[in-house]
Amino acid sequence: MSDTFNRRHVGQAATPDEYGGRRPRPPLRVPLPPTDRPAQTLPAPSDWTFDLIDQYHTVIRATAQRFSLDTYPNQLEIITAEQMMDAYASVGMPVNYRHWSYGKEFISTEKNYRRGQMGLAYEIVINSNPCISYLMEENTMAMQALVIAHAAYGHNSFFKGNYLFRMWTDAGSIVDYLVYAKNYVAACEERHGVDAVELLLDSCHALMNYGVDRYRRPGKLSLTQELERAKDREAYAQQQVNEIWRTLPPKSGKDAAEKEQARFPADPQENLLYFIEKNAPLLEPWQREIVRIVRKIAQYFYPQRQTQVMNEGWATFWHHHLLNTMYDDGYLEDGIMIEWLKSHTNVVFQPPVDHPAYSGMNPYALGFAMYSDIKRICEAPTDEDRYWFPDIAGRDWLETLDHAMRNFKDESFIGQYLSPRVMRNFRLFSIVDDEADPTLEVSAIHDEAGYRSLREAMSRQYDLGSREPNIQVWSVNLRGDRSLMLRHTQHNERPLHDNAYEVLKHVARLWGFPVHLESVGSLGNVSRRWTVDPSTA
Amino acid sequence: MQQIIDRRLAGKNKSIGNRERFLRRHKEQIREAVRRAVEGRGIRDIAQGEDIHIPRRDISEPVFGHGQGGKREMVHPGNKDFVRGDRIERPKGGKGGGGGQASDSGGGEDDFVFHLSKEEFMQVFFDDLALPNLIRTTLADTPEYKTHRAGFSSDGTPNNLHVVRSMRGAIGRRIALGSESRRELHRLEDLLTELRAQPVSAERLHEIEQLETDIAALRARIDRIPYLDPIDLRYRSRVRTPVPTAKAVMFCVMDVSGSMDEARKDLAKRFFILLYLFLTRHYEKIDIVFIRHHTQAQEVDEHDFFHATETGGTVVSSALVLMEEIIRARYPRNEWNVYGAQASDGDNWHDDSPRCRQLLEHGILPLCRYFAYIQVVDQEQNLWHEYASLAEESDTFAMRKASEVDQIYPVFRDLFRKEGAAK
Repeated sequence: MSDTFNRRHVGQAATPDEYGGRRPRPPLRVPLPPTDRPAQTLPAPSDWTFDLIDQYHTVIRATAQRFSLDTYPNQLEIITAEQMMDAYASVGMPVNYRHWSYGKEFISTEKNYRRGQMGLAYEIVINSNPCISYLMEENTMAMQALVIAHAAYGHNSFFKGNYLFRMWTDAGSIVDYLVYAKNYVAACEERHGVDAVELLLDSCHALMNYGVDRYRRPGKLSLTQELERAKDREAYAQQQVNEIWRTLPPKSGKDAAEKEQARFPADPQENLLYFIEKNAPLLEPWQREIVRIVRKIAQYFYPQRQTQVMNEGWATFWHHHLLNTMYDDGYLEDGIMIEWLKSHTNVVFQPPVDHPAYSGMNPYALGFAMYSDIKRICEAPTDEDRYWFPDIAGRDWLETLDHAMRNFKDESFIGQYLSPRVMRNFRLFSIVDDEADPTLEVSAIHDEAGYRSLREAMSRQYDLGSREPNIQVWSVNLRGDRSLMLRHTQHNERPLHDNAYEVLKHVARLWGFPVHLESVGSLGNVSRRWTVDPSTA
Repeated sequence: MQQIIDRRLAGKNKSIGNRERFLRRHKEQIREAVRRAVEGRGIRDIAQGEDIHIPRRDISEPVFGHGQGGKREMVHPGNKDFVRGDRIERPKGGKGGGGGQASDSGGGEDDFVFHLSKEEFMQVFFDDLALPNLIRTTLADTPEYKTHRAGFSSDGTPNNLHVVRSMRGAIGRRIALGSESRRELHRLEDLLTELRAQPVSAERLHEIEQLETDIAALRARIDRIPYLDPIDLRYRSRVRTPVPTAKAVMFCVMDVSGSMDEARKDLAKRFFILLYLFLTRHYEKIDIVFIRHHTQAQEVDEHDFFHATETGGTVVSSALVLMEEIIRARYPRNEWNVYGAQASDGDNWHDDSPRCRQLLEHGILPLCRYFAYIQVVDQEQNLWHEYASLAEESDTFAMRKASEVDQIYPVFRDLFRKEGAAK
């Protein structure tokens, strides 16, 4: 079972030199000086050994300390390709509840891997405390060094520093929570049948992206509390629901009339799963708990979805910088350098738009270019930089980068830091696709007139709020057929995808009564309606 | 301390539960695919995996997303010669400049293909046939074991104790442990005799006394070395290796007259497969002889057996005559175990049925280990009646009607039951 992963290493709390203290240290203004130059470089055979990994890790860590990268304690784990595929299949987590979709994921990953169509990622890193990094056994020594620098110091420090992760995720308890989730789901399967649980999970997964609080900070997950409260919650939640759906005649008087008019919910709700968990009339307590589990996990991943460019860029920047520094300090051999640089180059390759391999912006490439450019702006600003970034041009780069990593998400990071030079290097241009026009229009290119709108467009592109349709709980018909009304507010008149109807069936399954979905245009006109009635569907 | 954890040996096959759920969910498609595979495969190739195709739309997980239309602005890299205000033709077919939007939902995509392992394939196959669990495991296992010697080991049961080896070990140990003390003993004894030869004095006497106690102590030490120690014991090591016993020949006899349609042939095929699987677990070498008949019987290869259709009347005895001829010619009884499986729709030339019974009773059954007959339609005709009376008398003959695949197994029930009892 999960025991292999359910480890907390009691007694191995962070020691001062392993960092991991509560309060972030103030960033250094300048890197610490290198220690004495080693007599010779680290051995560089192509095969790794535990001893070698340890030696490299020690040096990488010492180098990271020079730049005061603040990380959770690291736990490196060697795994096989098959285990890597396992981890892939369960969304990168060391343990997860069982679901057919993960089986599907595993099968297709395995097939692609077997046929050689796809290399596996070199690493997976888990936002937990201690931070677990998986190193694949097939990697060469150079790749293991790259992975350690990338995951165990790049990603790790991002997880610990970025405000979204600090605010929304609790690295200390996620693995425990997943173990709890897994056991709970397994127990439900035993009690209520695999089919019932599967249907429920299918429906929850369909709404997973609508199971997050976007603005309110959630409470911390704690396994003990979770367990203690689960039972109380079941009973209490059921009671609350019953209150809403009370069918006894109300006391006469004005109150009743007023209540008749009152909307429920008073304000539209954006967290569909939360609303369903608390208010769906027919769900049983265990079903509510599963909805909650899916919701909590979705919430845990929400920051990752919002910080792709920043996170990958940060890790890429740091493995590049750390390994180069180690080379300068005399630790690395030329052979090792060439090997990881080749891999690095592949990772940050951005195919142009007419390239057959083009599938949108490469977050590694964009992030790496942006962080590197921030460093350049600090160290060697041009006049253009002074005009665009008066507050960071010529400042200490370490401090500036640290600030940029901690306090932004993709959308705001791009809005703040995407420099004209990066736009020129990528030769960015934006295209407006308006249904009303017969042709597409190039609205901006990488020139003086276009920088600002290009940057705005790029920033919007990474805004989850506009990438996903805005769908909220609009109202519930309390007195009538108990139907649930969802409302899609169109952004730039963009319609919903046709499979909205399929998703709506899932909503109806959870809600248990008819569900309507209205798509509302910018003028307040309802442009399309879908209805699913679970009793007939 | 830094920690590097080797996780490679832990948690293999963690995804197996997810895979099971995936297979469960797509049971229908998988059963359909297995059914098709059984039709297409040779009887000998039945125990293999199979690629399963599932339409992509059946495994998609819908989420809310944007559709085509409305107004949107996309930023792309790699501008070559566009300037602001350029107008571009809308790319056709959804794909292209519009970005990845079209690809995640396209209807025309390939099927989702995955490989069903041999075990999973057989599982589904057995499910269809409604095989009892005990039979499944017997069919899936390797059959008998034969133990044979494989050197010696340091533990085992007393009946396997190898005395010579153990004693040899004990001598070696005693020599090794005692040699130092013995050498010392010899030295002291020589010294003693030397001293004794010399003239007696008080000093000498004291030395002699001293030597004698030393010698006594040494002897005691040598005596304390155990004659036989548990570590000396050696046992004959025996390993169990699976042994398929011998050779078998399986006769598949089938009526191919016009009334046997594809469905009935499929039923018959499963019937033959089941017998074949039963035999594979018992015999190292299995021959299969296919005999088809209408008014005349002929020996054919597997493909013709299942796929060629002929019309005409039916004379079952022709096949039985041919079968007996073949047995006598090619499969002498002392070398081969003969199994017969006959499938028919029960039609027979009226006067022929009593003859069939006679042929079986006097010619074939004495040569056979087991003969199973399956009738793929419900209607009982004279062949059925004749066989039924035969079945009462003979215990190597089994018959059954099966119009659905899950009714096949009972024909073999006796065969498998004997199997269980023999163990």
